[in-house]
Amino acid sequence: MGKDDLLRAYHDMLLIRRFEEKAGQLYGMGLIGGFCHLYIGQEAVVVGVQAALKPGDQVITSYRDHGHMLATGMEARGVMAELTGRSTGYSHGKGGSMHMFSKAKGFYGGHGIVGAQVSIGTGLGFSNWYRGTDNVSVTYFGEGASNQGQVFESFNLAALMKLPVVFVIENNRYGMGTSVERASASKDLSKNGAAWGIPGLQVDGMSVVAVKEAAEQAIAHCRAGKGPFLLEMKTYRYRGHSMSDPAKYRTREEVQKMRSERDCIESVHHLLTEQGVDEAEIKKIDDAVKAVVQEAADFAQSSPEPDPKELWTDILVEA
Amino acid sequence: MATQILMPALSPTMTEGKLARWLKKVGEEIKAGDVIAEIETDKATMEVEAVDEGKLSSILVEEGTEGVAVNTPIAEIGGGDGAAAAPVPQKAESAPPVMEAPPKSTPQAVAPLPIAASAATPEPEKDWGPTKAITVREALRDAMAMEMRADGDVFLMGEEVAQYQGAYKISQGLLDEFGPRRVIDTPITEHGFTGMAVGAAMTGLKPIVEFMTFNFAMQAIDQIINSAAKTLYMSGGQMGAPITFRGPNGAASRVGAQHSQCYASWYAHCPGLKVVAPWSSADALGLLRAAIRDPNPVIVLENEILYGHSFECPTADDFVLPIGKAKIERPGEHVTIVAFSIMVGVALQAAEALAEQGISAEVINLRSLRPLDTATIVESVKKTSRLVTVEEGWPFAGIGAEIAMQIMEHCFDWLDAPPVRVHGLDVPLPYAANLEKLALPQVSWVVDAVRKIV
Repeated sequence: MGKDDLLRAYHDMLLIRRFEEKAGQLYGMGLIGGFCHLYIGQEAVVVGVQAALKPGDQVITSYRDHGHMLATGMEARGVMAELTGRSTGYSHGKGGSMHMFSKAKGFYGGHGIVGAQVSIGTGLGFSNWYRGTDNVSVTYFGEGASNQGQVFESFNLAALMKLPVVFVIENNRYGMGTSVERASASKDLSKNGAAWGIPGLQVDGMSVVAVKEAAEQAIAHCRAGKGPFLLEMKTYRYRGHSMSDPAKYRTREEVQKMRSERDCIESVHHLLTEQGVDEAEIKKIDDAVKAVVQEAADFAQSSPEPDPKELWTDILVEA
Repeated sequence: MATQILMPALSPTMTEGKLARWLKKVGEEIKAGDVIAEIETDKATMEVEAVDEGKLSSILVEEGTEGVAVNTPIAEIGGGDGAAAAPVPQKAESAPPVMEAPPKSTPQAVAPLPIAASAATPEPEKDWGPTKAITVREALRDAMAMEMRADGDVFLMGEEVAQYQGAYKISQGLLDEFGPRRVIDTPITEHGFTGMAVGAAMTGLKPIVEFMTFNFAMQAIDQIINSAAKTLYMSGGQMGAPITFRGPNGAASRVGAQHSQCYASWYAHCPGLKVVAPWSSADALGLLRAAIRDPNPVIVLENEILYGHSFECPTADDFVLPIGKAKIERPGEHVTIVAFSIMVGVALQAAEALAEQGISAEVINLRSLRPLDTATIVESVKKTSRLVTVEEGWPFAGIGAEIAMQIMEHCFDWLDAPPVRVHGLDVPLPYAANLEKLALPQVSWVVDAVRKIV
């Protein structure tokens, strides 16, 4: 990645991190309710993959989804306002943290049932196949979802029909509090599609450079009509599964070690310094990101709650 | 400038907690991400991470304090670069704990709309001109072929729909006419292919998903309810699923408990879905065409035994039936019999038998279960003052129970007798010929039910 690409990746990853930190803060204040699954630590995955996509491609993921939304270009203020349950949120306050969508940005949710988005994402790829476009569907899921039955049903369908689907397993090592070693008999998840002939790669998900390169390879494979591709991103989440996570399933040292030695933002910062970018330029990005996040937080707190009439809208499309 | 650290909410239901332990002392430097304290809630002990940077200038709540309310200032940070300023305390105070947030509006502001039932005056059935006799099977196939000719976004997928020509021959000839891109054989993996169809629908395609029977759709019901029915609402109207789920529902003939269930009340329960249940060939043609054109997910509950039955059906090219409208199949004066799907035939035979006994029964074919045409039923009951419902499914929380309740709400004062339900027995359907017959509604059951109240 060149200097400009790295600067952009630095900005995009930092935006996600600062956004998530702010969301955690607003949650602590009681301004965000329900479930709130933060993406902190995993930023390189969505930012690296997104850098390899083109307009018309689709993205779909689970409920740990704020990072994916920001990466596709959805506005921070609209996402934050949905988190606070306001009328200006992407779903007018009716979706919440786990359920936001943007047709314009190719983001198809935001799904709360573990594994369900994998078959839906296969359907997004089906749609590209049916319409004869060269667009691809990027279907993200965690290693915890990777053993769901419908994931394998989707692998079979995608391989059988040669659908353009990049399956991205974000292996952050823990499905809620259960480590991947305790949940998966398969130890190399990138080989999980082997029975269907789906090529796979294991990728350093803490390196945005490695993620982008792998994504380019996978996407080129799909665009060429060769069928699905599987990427296993070895990543790590710094925060709990959701906000109420007693974090007894891993040591603080393990988390600290990842943060201090493998952090995706710090490593890009380092690369930028090596390329001669001075601190003042990086500070400028930091300040710009902080301003966007603060503006989003203000917007999310000052926007009105949804009108009670919203209860009864969007249940059915009126023909 | 001092920044306050507030007692955080660490779960959706937390309103207060015990400040168990401070891990930082006054005067210590704190970085974002440092664990500064431990909090105990009824669920667990959790660590509090700092979000701000600077020197801990004072501790406001000593460790060991119980019942500390969310948003109480617990400490102050005195320095830092000020760029990541903490939340302004006034705002925090105005934000009530999660579970105690009072509704901003009065409940009266939101009148519950009869979303699943229309109460308008029923309109007379449109005259569609000439008819000819076709089977329900042919009607269903014609409906799909007509809509696929009219709209390239419509396609059919399911088990054995293409090369095999349909497990029940409903899709006969469609592969030849439309080719393998639009008539797609799937593996026997309902969960996966239903999710795939929902994804395709979210991009604007209009899939018809055939289930070999609705019994197998239980494998896929998460995708039908959680994904197809709820996405429009959860997305604030941005995207939904224009999709048709169809296949035989209910008992066939001695296929046992796992292949014989009626799912009418399961699907009719859910906002975000429409549910229709055709009886005649005209119902099948008109309702399936409407379902495919509808921009919402529609469940079409067919009946295997009816597939081979012939009925007169309009021949007009533009024949279609509105979803949400019932049909009075036989007018009458003394009692209203409401039925759907194969039970319409049973109800009509009962009406014939009752006529010989001098009782005039009005038979309503519901056609749609959601939205339910409450208006037509209410109008009829106001005339007859008596109601009998007939369904093949189980009684508990069934369609009959719902209709009886609608009648209580809309025309209780017109009733001269309590409504009576005729339904399949509350048992898994048995295999033995005699037992199966004993478990499913017969004409005599309907006659007896009417005789109880007339």
